[in-house]
Amino acid sequence: MSTLAVHDHGVAHHDEHGHEHHKETFVSKYIFSMDHKMIAKQFLITGITMAVIAMILSILFRIQLAYPDKTFPLLTTLLGHFAPNGRISTEFYLSLVTIHGTIMVFFVLTAGLSGTFANLLIPLQIGARDMASPFMNMLSYWFFFMASVVMLSSFFVQKGPASGGWTIYPPLSALPKAMPGSGEGMTLWLISMVMFVASSLMGGINYVSTVLNMRTKGMDLWKMPLTIWALFLTAILGILAFPVLVAGVVLLIFDRSFGTSFYLSDIVLNGVAQPYEGGSPILFQHLFWFLGHPEVYIVIMPAMGISSEVMSVNSRKPIFGYHAMVYSLIGITVLSFIVWGHHMFVTGMNPFLGGVFMITTLIIAVPSAVKTFNWLATLWRGNIRFTPAMLFAIGMVSFFISGGLTGIFLGNAALDINLHDTYFVVAHFHLVMGSAAIFGMLAGVYHWFPKMFGKLMDEKLGYLHFWLTFIGAYLVFFPMHFMGLDGVPRRYYAFTEFASMQKWLTINTFITWAAIMAALAQVAFLYNFITSIFAGKKTTQNPWESNTLEWTTPVEHLHGNWPGEIPTVYRWPYDYSKPGAEEDFIPQTVPFSQTMSSNLPHDFEDNPAGLEALNKFNTTLKAEEKVK
Amino acid sequence: MAFKKLINSKFILSFFAAFMLLGTNLLMAQTAAAAAGTGDEAPQVDWTGVAYYVLLFFLVCLGVAVIGKILKIYDLSLKIQGKKGLKWNNVMGVICLVFLLAGLYGAYWSFTVQGSMTLPEAASIHGVKVDEMFTVTTVLTMFVFFVTQILLFGFLFQYRHSDKRRAHFLPHDNTIEKIWTIVPAIVLTVLVVFGFFTWQSIMDTHQVKGDLNVDITGHQFAWELRYPGKDGKLGPKNFKLVTGSNKLGVDFKKKSSFDDLSADTMYLPVNKPVRLNIEAQDVIHSVYMPHFRVQLNAVPGLPTVFRFTPTITTAKMRTDLNDPTFEYLVYCNKICGGGHYNMQKIVRVVSEAEYQTWLSHQKPYLSDALKKELHFADAESPKTVSQNRLALNN
Repeated sequence: MSTLAVHDHGVAHHDEHGHEHHKETFVSKYIFSMDHKMIAKQFLITGITMAVIAMILSILFRIQLAYPDKTFPLLTTLLGHFAPNGRISTEFYLSLVTIHGTIMVFFVLTAGLSGTFANLLIPLQIGARDMASPFMNMLSYWFFFMASVVMLSSFFVQKGPASGGWTIYPPLSALPKAMPGSGEGMTLWLISMVMFVASSLMGGINYVSTVLNMRTKGMDLWKMPLTIWALFLTAILGILAFPVLVAGVVLLIFDRSFGTSFYLSDIVLNGVAQPYEGGSPILFQHLFWFLGHPEVYIVIMPAMGISSEVMSVNSRKPIFGYHAMVYSLIGITVLSFIVWGHHMFVTGMNPFLGGVFMITTLIIAVPSAVKTFNWLATLWRGNIRFTPAMLFAIGMVSFFISGGLTGIFLGNAALDINLHDTYFVVAHFHLVMGSAAIFGMLAGVYHWFPKMFGKLMDEKLGYLHFWLTFIGAYLVFFPMHFMGLDGVPRRYYAFTEFASMQKWLTINTFITWAAIMAALAQVAFLYNFITSIFAGKKTTQNPWESNTLEWTTPVEHLHGNWPGEIPTVYRWPYDYSKPGAEEDFIPQTVPFSQTMSSNLPHDFEDNPAGLEALNKFNTTLKAEEKVK
Repeated sequence: MAFKKLINSKFILSFFAAFMLLGTNLLMAQTAAAAAGTGDEAPQVDWTGVAYYVLLFFLVCLGVAVIGKILKIYDLSLKIQGKKGLKWNNVMGVICLVFLLAGLYGAYWSFTVQGSMTLPEAASIHGVKVDEMFTVTTVLTMFVFFVTQILLFGFLFQYRHSDKRRAHFLPHDNTIEKIWTIVPAIVLTVLVVFGFFTWQSIMDTHQVKGDLNVDITGHQFAWELRYPGKDGKLGPKNFKLVTGSNKLGVDFKKKSSFDDLSADTMYLPVNKPVRLNIEAQDVIHSVYMPHFRVQLNAVPGLPTVFRFTPTITTAKMRTDLNDPTFEYLVYCNKICGGGHYNMQKIVRVVSEAEYQTWLSHQKPYLSDALKKELHFADAESPKTVSQNRLALNN
């Protein structure tokens, strides 16, 4: 297969070797493809499919929350015994929230986001012909696909899918008798997750080795676009964190199937003492959150990178504080490994440990704040083009601020006592990692759609999609903060049993309708996405007038990305609106010798010869002006 | 492209359509048959109602499409007249500004209306400290929230695209970057230091003489309460001793177990420190008493303790809130199964005298059935219990 050719023969050999005489079949091109661009599309479409499914699940449980007393015969028709007599059963409600969370966090915002954009952008933006290991890349997608299938198949087992929450804390998840979802559904969840982690590791190792080894000439680390920095650091996070989840999951499988007691102790079920002794449920929480917290940064960092790039391109301004942006990403990467305990302040973990985790948690707010201010400074005095991608990037920043600030409450152990596991938490993470990350992803889809499919998406539909989704998300999650401040716990099937919660019923109805509106707005996106693939307007080579390398490749995809030699890189990717330049953008491939009028002393910090040339040019320029 | 050919093939498309139609028909017939088979158990779907909403959605889509076409035609007609066409950058800039104003009003409305629906003042000593921290954090974060959102959407409107202008080339500015790194760092340090000491003081659960120990045990789906008898000590537990009448597995080899009392409602004397001894039997639960700002997980195999002092009686809270039915409650706040949403226990904070009266009416944990089970031969045991009660009354 031709991708192997790219890998085996090397660059120089590649051109004469050519790809024409490799016969591409439907299977090798669209299914078991090893071309990074096709794999990116596979990840994207699978991710979008999973997102739609998870969104429908969320609408189902929102209907239950809004109308806890009404019956919907349609639900029985659709869901059978999961919704007897027109109402979702209590257990299936918990299955819905569990699978919604799992799919959104892992399958959409980890694989769908990182998988798509790391595959698409890493080779294209650093100037490589493909990934370091295209075969492993293909396996990564297919493991992800299998994981998705297994996860969804759990809806077809008798007792229903896993229902212990996406965090699957044992003993609830370890004891099949504790709830129906802890039976076969939980087994499928665990199998799916092991395959998912395998996929994620194969992808991550590939991304890291590609970024480190396969950059084109001139592309040193400090000339990489922020997308690449973000995806690179995300991959490192994933490689270090995901194996720990597997460890936790394997021990859980042992507890479930082989009678060990890693997480179980002193358990009485239905009045019968169980033979488990010496384990600790807290151990699982440590293992889970050691992945789980880096995981939220695995979700948000690619969105940050994409937004930085999109905002810089569409403000026609260099990203403000490029170095600070990179250092804050590195800071977040490092700190994210020592903050996991803030999910466990009130779980019975040693309170002193809680205090320590609180300190590290609030430190991580500093790099996040720096990033926010830098984005604002990037917009300041820009020349902002409102492409749909730009709007989604802005939406990402807005959500990141709104959701990030409530993190300061939750990271404070003393405040977390009363806010833990309430709707305040739901509002917080849905804004800061849910909405923000999905907006980053959508920004990426709108921005790189021309690169992926060679067509342009409809802008007006993009505007409609953005505003409905943006407003919808705020209408859904803003009121939830106040529910949390009233002490309304999350994952409650109905608010009807507590007199104090009944005042929130009307707000629940409102939230549900806002959610339905936002969900229907996605039809605009799906319609736009699908019709544009087939009937969209043909794109030009560089539709956004962007500096990065991917826009130097031809519109028609070819194996190895560039028809001739891979271009050399001379400058950083953010030379937008440089004073003295003819155009308001200078691609990375333009050498400084061609842009004498716009060069700055800063461009030659580590290049004394260049600086001398610049000074000479400037003095002659001045002399000429004097002569005039 | 092979794929494109495949999609464009009319034969395949019509085949697919026919297949779908047939499939749907079959499925409908099946569900109808199934519904008929199960009789009136499954409620009938009101398909007209569903169709109504689907139709409504299609109408909205149609409306959107029509508006889209009108905009396109308007745009084209402008271009034919030699004008520039719709300036979408301006339109979006204005919408951003409108969104900012509407959003600010919405946030204000939400803060005042929904903000007033939140929990009443803390009914415990440490809760007041927590609330103070909350207020400080709210003021700081809301300041940042409003400033950054105003700047964000303000900039979008202010610097919307214009062909006449070029963006200001500003790659970095070390001074301002230092400022906005150091200022948040200082603010956060202050919050961390206060939070750390508040947290440590709340979590100091050392037993002090005079503390009331209450045992609360979670299981699917209820809480069990146990109060110490006159010795003030709770007897030890062992999960292996659990039986039908010894639900908590109290170990009656220890003397302190004999006078323990079981209770249905959690009565707490006002202004007296309480140590909640929390444990779970089957899965993780969480003792959540939001009015007291108390929450700690109940973990099987890991006993946890939360020490707090209630300060407002139920009666006073009822008059304060003008709600004669108000009750403090314990919720379960960790997903624990199907009944998770309804695991409540009433908490009443009362005066010391009321508390003592209530306590004297509680049944001993060592019930007659339990005694029979443990083969306690002593026939005079009922007397001991009544003596206990007398002793408590004194």
